[in-house]
Amino acid sequence: MTATVTTDARSADAWREFAGSGWRERIDVRDFVQANYTPYEGDASFLTGPTDRTRAVWEKVGALFPEERRKGILDVDAATPSTITSHAPGWIDRELELIVGLQTDAPLKRAIMPNGGLRMVENGLRAYGHEPDPLVTKIFGTYRKTHNDGVFDAYTPTMRTARRVGIITGLPDSYGRGRIIGDYRRVALYGTDRLIEAKQAERALLDARPSTADVIRDREELAEQTKALRELAEMAATYGCDVSRPAATAREAVQWLYLGYLAAVKEQNGAAMSLGRTSTFLDVYLQRDLDEGVIDESRAQELIDDFVIKLRIVRFLRTPEYDALFSGDPTWVTESIGGIGLDGRPLVTRTSFRFLRTLYNLGPAPEPNLTVLWSPRLPYGFKRYCAQVSVDTSAVQYESDDLLRPRSGDDTAIACCVSAMAVGRQMQFFGARVNLAKALLYAINGGRDEVTGEQVGPVTPPLTGEYLEYEELSAAYDRVLDWLAGTYVDALNVIHYMHDKYAYERLEMALHDHPVHRFMACGIAGLSVAADSLSAVRHARVKVLRDATGLAVDFRTEGEFPAYGNNDDRADAIAAALVESFMAKVRRHPTYRDAEHTQSVLTITSNVVYGKHTGNTPDGRRAGEPFAPGANPMNGRDRHGVVASALSVAKLPYEHARDGISLTTTITPEGLGHAPHERAGHLVGILDGYMAAGGFHMNVNVLDRATLEDAMEHPEKYPELTIRVSGYAVNFVRLTREQQLDVISRTFHGAL
Amino acid sequence: MTAGPTGPVTGRVHSWDLSTGVDGPGTRFVLFTSGCPLRCLYCANPDTWRMRDGQERTVDEVMEEIGRYRPFLTTAGGGVTLTGGEPLLQPGFTGAVLRRCKEAGLHTALDTSGLLGARATDEVLADTDLVLLDVKSFDVGAYRRLTGGSLAPTLSFATRLNRLGVRTWIRYVLVPGWTDDPDAVDGLAEFVSGLDTVDRVDVLPFHKLGAAKYEALGVPFALKDTPPPDPALTERVRGRFRAHGTPAY
Repeated sequence: MTATVTTDARSADAWREFAGSGWRERIDVRDFVQANYTPYEGDASFLTGPTDRTRAVWEKVGALFPEERRKGILDVDAATPSTITSHAPGWIDRELELIVGLQTDAPLKRAIMPNGGLRMVENGLRAYGHEPDPLVTKIFGTYRKTHNDGVFDAYTPTMRTARRVGIITGLPDSYGRGRIIGDYRRVALYGTDRLIEAKQAERALLDARPSTADVIRDREELAEQTKALRELAEMAATYGCDVSRPAATAREAVQWLYLGYLAAVKEQNGAAMSLGRTSTFLDVYLQRDLDEGVIDESRAQELIDDFVIKLRIVRFLRTPEYDALFSGDPTWVTESIGGIGLDGRPLVTRTSFRFLRTLYNLGPAPEPNLTVLWSPRLPYGFKRYCAQVSVDTSAVQYESDDLLRPRSGDDTAIACCVSAMAVGRQMQFFGARVNLAKALLYAINGGRDEVTGEQVGPVTPPLTGEYLEYEELSAAYDRVLDWLAGTYVDALNVIHYMHDKYAYERLEMALHDHPVHRFMACGIAGLSVAADSLSAVRHARVKVLRDATGLAVDFRTEGEFPAYGNNDDRADAIAAALVESFMAKVRRHPTYRDAEHTQSVLTITSNVVYGKHTGNTPDGRRAGEPFAPGANPMNGRDRHGVVASALSVAKLPYEHARDGISLTTTITPEGLGHAPHERAGHLVGILDGYMAAGGFHMNVNVLDRATLEDAMEHPEKYPELTIRVSGYAVNFVRLTREQQLDVISRTFHGAL
Repeated sequence: MTAGPTGPVTGRVHSWDLSTGVDGPGTRFVLFTSGCPLRCLYCANPDTWRMRDGQERTVDEVMEEIGRYRPFLTTAGGGVTLTGGEPLLQPGFTGAVLRRCKEAGLHTALDTSGLLGARATDEVLADTDLVLLDVKSFDVGAYRRLTGGSLAPTLSFATRLNRLGVRTWIRYVLVPGWTDDPDAVDGLAEFVSGLDTVDRVDVLPFHKLGAAKYEALGVPFALKDTPPPDPALTERVRGRFRAHGTPAY
């Protein structure tokens, strides 16, 4: 084994028994995992329940939840802009906690992060009955510009209009963009001293280059990254942890990793603050301690349970409007579990099971967002357990490891809902989404908005025929989408320029390689509405009803048309072509920092809001009605059950939607089988079949309508009822009434 | 059917669907044929009663639709189920579809009341991996009142399946006041326990999800005021089958 300057005595002890050499010489967690992990091909019978200690800690913090729900937020420190080191340490129960560290000095007490935007902070505070701190207002209103200010200084009038009318929405222009996953495992494996050394080496290479704008920016960013690592060590020290050195035990490994993550969520209120792919990494440490006889299974589970408790209480100060859009208070602490290695060994370990087990030990919950990287080749015992957890809790989502692995390797994690990134090597500029259904109406109306009547897109001749003609509509739609793609990428460039400038993710990026590969992650919403509308025009006759100003405001469809979601190529091909063509249009526009263009077919829960802002559509959807979420077929139009519906979605080309294609399914328990003990096995079959057909993502809810209706009437009976919405999970009882009705109105597969 | 005729075999089809774990093992392509000789009072699919309401489909057309799901069904561990209506009302069509599915390597199931069991040739049954035999009641009088047909052909079909070694699941819809008579249940349980080919009994609680169809068809739904069985009753009836040695769900 090659000794390096940094393999000092501290590392020698921390790395005892570990195999492999590449990871010792360079920062390379994947290499470490590959050289040291123990695949587990058995079943779930080894798992243990919660200890009294775990129950006591969870009950103590859980006792705060009712008050938090009632007040919106439990408490907030309005006077201290959050940094890695801004707050004194806090505990749930100092005596009992195994894994320590809170965002502020008390559990569930929120912090302010004005770098993203001062107004968001002030609105958030006022909404929950707190006054903004005058000094903070003065500093961030007078002396220190925010991301939000920067963006609006550089937006063009077209961008502002497109945003206001809702043809482009959800842009991260007033809040943290998120969706960046620091490789928090590095903190545990190497300690911050070694990571700082590596950053300094990266910096030295830049010092040798001429000081162009790009190089200057990179140098400044690396300087910030190094400072952030020092602050992380400083913050950890307040909890009595010396993270300057590598973790030497399983408990330290979990603790160090968590402190890395904690530093990130102290500094950034990102829309999604995902965790990465940590379970199999941590398993190496847990297994070593088990082998050395210093812990038993119960203690191993306790460490994961305690870690997950911490992940469940990550909180950000946001506005009620933001929470309404995203159905509660999601943080997207996404943890990617399972998958297959490039060498064919499953990346499933006992700790993969232990993470899933927390849904029983602590009860179901939406966070962390447990995401299984699925392949039909995964060991059956693991597949079966995942499916059983889905049947019991509806708290797991699945993404195709067979689509991910060839593109970004076997150390890929999901950020947010469906966005894949090689951990520590790739990041993304999150770009929300455009409204394809509204764009279709713009094509009919010559660029005028169907709700306000104002001219938003470029002036083009409106379609004036009594009936819509497919060729004419397609040509007009193509022109609108050209304009939309250009406006969209342009706006994203402005946003990410400013976010880098005013709210740079120092700590998260310190846990990435330099240079990093960047994606510009665009997105589309309303795909099924647009596809069905086009199908109606092509296969039936669609008559246009216009108002006095000539604006097309409604449609009458004569005849039948095939709808997306029935495994019918006549409609599915239209949807697939839309995905491909919009991606091609996006690719034509240069991106900030030469990010690679991608797109997602994902709405989060904004399908409700998008629908609200979109007029009547030719598919028969009424104005204001919600869109289907993500890539889902429209509610009720998929008439042949969950499998036919899923196979339609599987036809959307992942190659042209590499930021992910989201499908949310709700199956009744009976819909998975008459005999309860067979349901998990059947779900394994469905997931295998869907992924083998090229499906990318499936949110699986196993629920019946009566339960949801009862939960609407008696929310107090269902504090833990968790449902998957669109790439993440929420507490059903925290949804707005409108969103609850939307979920219930969605196709329940297996009703008959 | 043995060697198929040269002309295209056609059948009357109501619809198709995909279901999981309720129409045989795994996820299945379920073909609903049109036309049924019975008029069960609890029927959830009255829109499949009349053959003339179905659409005429060739076997090739049906196989093309099934073909779109073949990789999925194979990976997911399922197959094809013919139901209705009563598939044996169209024995030639049903036999041809089953044959073609077997040729395609798909697991096949036939969901039938057994009333027309005599129309299923031994060759057709050889192409049938599983029969879902709906026994509506074990009481001759109740059977007639509930279905308008007679019980005997069903029982002789069950016996024949046993003789031929065709795997069979019994389906028993539990309707309070109609099929919950303990003696009738015990009688059926005893009969079933004598059949080596029966792997299980599915006791299906009566539901009224088909009520809207009756309304749309303008047909009175005789059981509209009948409640679904309470879970305890359902469990008790399952218990009777288990007591006779047959797994029941």
